[in-house]
Amino acid sequence: MIAALTKISGEPPITIWQTETEIPDVDLIVIPGGFSYGDYLRCGAIAARMPVMEAVRRKAASGTRVLGVCNGFQILVEAGLLPGALMRNASLKFVCKQVQLEVANADTVFTGQYRQGEIIQCPVAHHDGNYFAESETLKQLEDNGQVVFRYANGTNPNGSVNDIAGIINKNGNVLGMMPHPENLIEAAHGGNDGYALFSAALGIAA
Amino acid sequence: MIKARVTVTLKNGVLDPQGKAIEGALGSMGFEGIGHVRQGKVFDLELSTTDAAAARQQLDEMCAKLLANTVIEDYAIELI
Repeated sequence: MIAALTKISGEPPITIWQTETEIPDVDLIVIPGGFSYGDYLRCGAIAARMPVMEAVRRKAASGTRVLGVCNGFQILVEAGLLPGALMRNASLKFVCKQVQLEVANADTVFTGQYRQGEIIQCPVAHHDGNYFAESETLKQLEDNGQVVFRYANGTNPNGSVNDIAGIINKNGNVLGMMPHPENLIEAAHGGNDGYALFSAALGIAA
Repeated sequence: MIKARVTVTLKNGVLDPQGKAIEGALGSMGFEGIGHVRQGKVFDLELSTTDAAAARQQLDEMCAKLLANTVIEDYAIELI
């Protein structure tokens, strides 16, 4: 993630330790993937309660863009910054492969450089990506256009309800997604379909 | 000191693939008449207080804030 952000923005991102309580003014906060605290208790549960998350919460409330990828998405839902929960994959298997995503909402600050309904390639690598929300929450997400990415063409790798791969908060500045767009940003990766997400989020021309 | 046991279970209606796998394994081992199997978690905790009401209140807060994800899980508190 650091390499991708450096490549796309032209400068290395500031890295912030979990015990820090302040986040400087930045264009974008990214909570990357990983397996924080070994997925103990529930994936993302412990990291979501670290001091830095209070700072993330304040920044998000003031409108700063926040992107959580994979474990970062799990942390955002555990912190209550996004609704729902991410459960064990329906197959019970860790999945590491390329899937297809439909851009279900291109009218967000993260997806404005994609076309509505565009199908993009994106890698996934996770064991707990099975998105769940109770029916009322799900209905609100769908009605508000908060489902931003959906697994397309039968590539749902984890059993997520409504093929949900990524959702955004009501204010449109906090996006969480299980797939890893940072791993598909240049020819050497085999494609660059993930690039436009970061260039949009950072306000850089596509 | 008060000892407590917290049991966290998945809410009804939440898919439990691990429970399903265990259910299948029990069946394939020859155990008959297995209905639904649901997997949960148990936490044993020690609290320094001797006040049962205070302990319950503290445990309830711990469950709501960390031990359970109330989007998908229910919890039960037992003082032992």
